[in-house]
Amino acid sequence: MRQARREWWNSLGKQVFRLTGVMVIVVLMAILGMLLWNTAAFFLEISPVDFITGTQWDPSSSDAQYGILPLLVSTCLVTLGAMIIAIPIGIGTAAFLSEYAGSRLRNILKPIIEMLAAIPSVTIGFLGIVFLGPEIAQMTGQSNGLNALNGAILLAIMALPTIVTIAEDAIQGVPQSYKEASYGVGANRWETLTKITIPAAAPGILAAVMLGVGRAIGETMTVLMATGNVSAFPKGFFHSVKTITATIAIEMGEVPYQTTHYYALFAIATVLFAMTLVVNLIGEHFVNKFRKYQAA
Amino acid sequence: MIQEKIKLAAHDVNLWFGQKQILKHIDVTFPERKITALIGPSGCGKSTLLRAFNRMHDLVPDARIEGRFLLDNTDLYGGPLSATQVRQRIGMVFQKANPFPKSIYDNVVYGLKINGVPKEQQHEIVVRSLQESYLWEEVKDELNKPAVRLSGGQQQRLCIARTIALRPEVILMDEPCSALDPISTAKIEELILKLKEEYTIVIVTHSMQQAQRIADKTVFMYLGEVVEQGPTASIFNNPQQELTANYVHGRFG
Ligand SMILES: Nc1ncnc2c1ncn2[C@@H]1O[C@H](COP(=O)(O)OP(=O)(O)OP(=O)(O)O)[C@@H](O)[C@H]1O
Ligand SMILES: [Mg+2]
Repeated sequence: MRQARREWWNSLGKQVFRLTGVMVIVVLMAILGMLLWNTAAFFLEISPVDFITGTQWDPSSSDAQYGILPLLVSTCLVTLGAMIIAIPIGIGTAAFLSEYAGSRLRNILKPIIEMLAAIPSVTIGFLGIVFLGPEIAQMTGQSNGLNALNGAILLAIMALPTIVTIAEDAIQGVPQSYKEASYGVGANRWETLTKITIPAAAPGILAAVMLGVGRAIGETMTVLMATGNVSAFPKGFFHSVKTITATIAIEMGEVPYQTTHYYALFAIATVLFAMTLVVNLIGEHFVNKFRKYQAA
Repeated sequence: MIQEKIKLAAHDVNLWFGQKQILKHIDVTFPERKITALIGPSGCGKSTLLRAFNRMHDLVPDARIEGRFLLDNTDLYGGPLSATQVRQRIGMVFQKANPFPKSIYDNVVYGLKINGVPKEQQHEIVVRSLQESYLWEEVKDELNKPAVRLSGGQQQRLCIARTIALRPEVILMDEPCSALDPISTAKIEELILKLKEEYTIVIVTHSMQQAQRIADKTVFMYLGEVVEQGPTASIFNNPQQELTANYVHGRFG
C-alpha cells in the first residue's frame, strides 16, 4: 500500500518536471519563432544587404533608412569598453580575494561586492547622468558627458559583481594540490597564480567573462540613460551612441503596429540575439577546450 | 654503521598549528644518498615534518615553527635561502599524484621555465627526466596529451620526473605509492632505488614491507615525537623501544 503511494508520488514528480521542462522549451521556441517571423517580414520590404551595410538608422524621416551598422557599432563599442575595464579589474579582484586576502577581509569584501549586483540598473544610469556625465564632460571639455565611455564605465560596474563572484569561485575551486606542486618546484605566489591557478580556473573565469559580456550586450536602461542616444554613426568613446537595446526600448513605444519600422525593431533584436548566442557558443568552446586538461 | 655524511637534519623542532602542538622536540638526521623511511601511525606528524623541510608550512597562516632545519649545515629557515630556493634544492612528491592540468611535456618543463633554465636546454632535460623516471617509453609519442589521462602510476612517475627535472639534492616523498596497485608500486620502488644513486630520499610510508624493501634508515614517529631511528634492519629486528616493537609488529597503528 505504502509502496504503491510512493510509486505514485514518484511518477507524479516525474510528470510535473517533464511538463515544466516542456513548457520552458515551448515558451522559448515561441519567442524565437516570433522574432524570426517578424524579422522575415522586415526582409520582405528591406533587402538584408541594405540592412547590414547601411550606415544610417533613420526610420522616421520620409526617406527612411534602416542601416543597423551604427547601432551595432554602438553596442560593440560600449560592450568592448565595459569589458576592457571590467575583465582585468574583475579577475584581479577575484584573484586578490581568493589568494591574497585573509579570510576575514574576504568575508567582509565578498558580500559587499555581491551587493553591488542588487543595485537596480536605473540607479546606475542615474549615477551616470548626475555624477559620471559631468566629470567626463569636464575632463574632455564637452558640453555633456553622455557618451560611449560613460556607458562603458557603468556597464563595467554592473558586470563586475558577476565577474568577480564567479571568477572567485573558480579560482577558489582550484585544488590546493596544484598550488602545492607549483610551490614545490620553486615557483612563487605570483608565478603560481598566473601560470597554474588562473589557467586551471580558466573555464570558470571564461564563464564569468561571458556572463559579464552577455549582461553588457543586453543591458538597456543604463545605456539608455548614459550614452546620449544620438543615432549618428559613432565616432569613438567620447561620442554619443545609440545601442541596439536602447533603440528598441525607445522606439518600440511609439512605432505603429506592423509597419516596416516595427518589423525593423524585431530584426535588430534578432541580431542582438545572434550576438549573445555567439558569445555563449565561444564561451562554451573555450570551456570545453580547457576542460580537456582537467581531472575528471 | 659506517660514518655517513648527513645531508638533511632537524634539531629540536617544535611545530604548532594554532594552539595545537603537532611536532615535539624532533631530532632527526637523513644520510646523503640513502633512502630514509618515515613510519608511524596515522596523525603522528609524518607529513607535517616532511613538509616543514621544504617550507610548505609557509603557506599556512597559523603554523608556528621553532628549532633548526639544516641542509648541508645551511639553515633552511632564517638563513641565506629563500623559500623558493629551498624548494628547488628539496623537491617533493605528494601522496596523491598531482600533475598540473597541462600536457605531459608542460608538466615537466614548468619547473625549468620557472627557474630560468635556458630554452635550448629545456627539451633535453625533459626527455632525460622522463627517461630517468621510467616513463619515457610509455609517453614519448604523446607528450602533448593531457597529463590527467595517464594512469595513476604513470601520473606519479610524471610527478617524480617533474621533481627530478630540477636536479634537487633531496627528494621528499609522502606515501607516493598509497594510491597505486602492486605493479605500479613495484615500478616506483625500483625507480626510487635507482634515484638513490644521485639523491637523498626521505619517504613516508605505511607499509612495513616497503620500508624494509627499500629503506637504509628508518625513523619511527609517535604522537609528534621521534621515538627511535636507526638502520632499517635494527629498527625492524632489534628495536630498542617497546613502542617501536609494537608498531613494527603490527600490534597497533
Ligand atoms: N594545516 C593544518 N592545520 C591544522 N592542523 C593540521 C594541519 N595539517 C595537519 N594537521 C594536524 O596535524 C596532525 C599530524 O598530521 P600529519 O598529516 O602530519 O599526520 P601523518 O602522520 O602524515 O598522518 P597520515 O599517516 O594519516 O598521513 C594531525 O592531527 C592533523 O590533524
Ligand atoms: Mg600524511
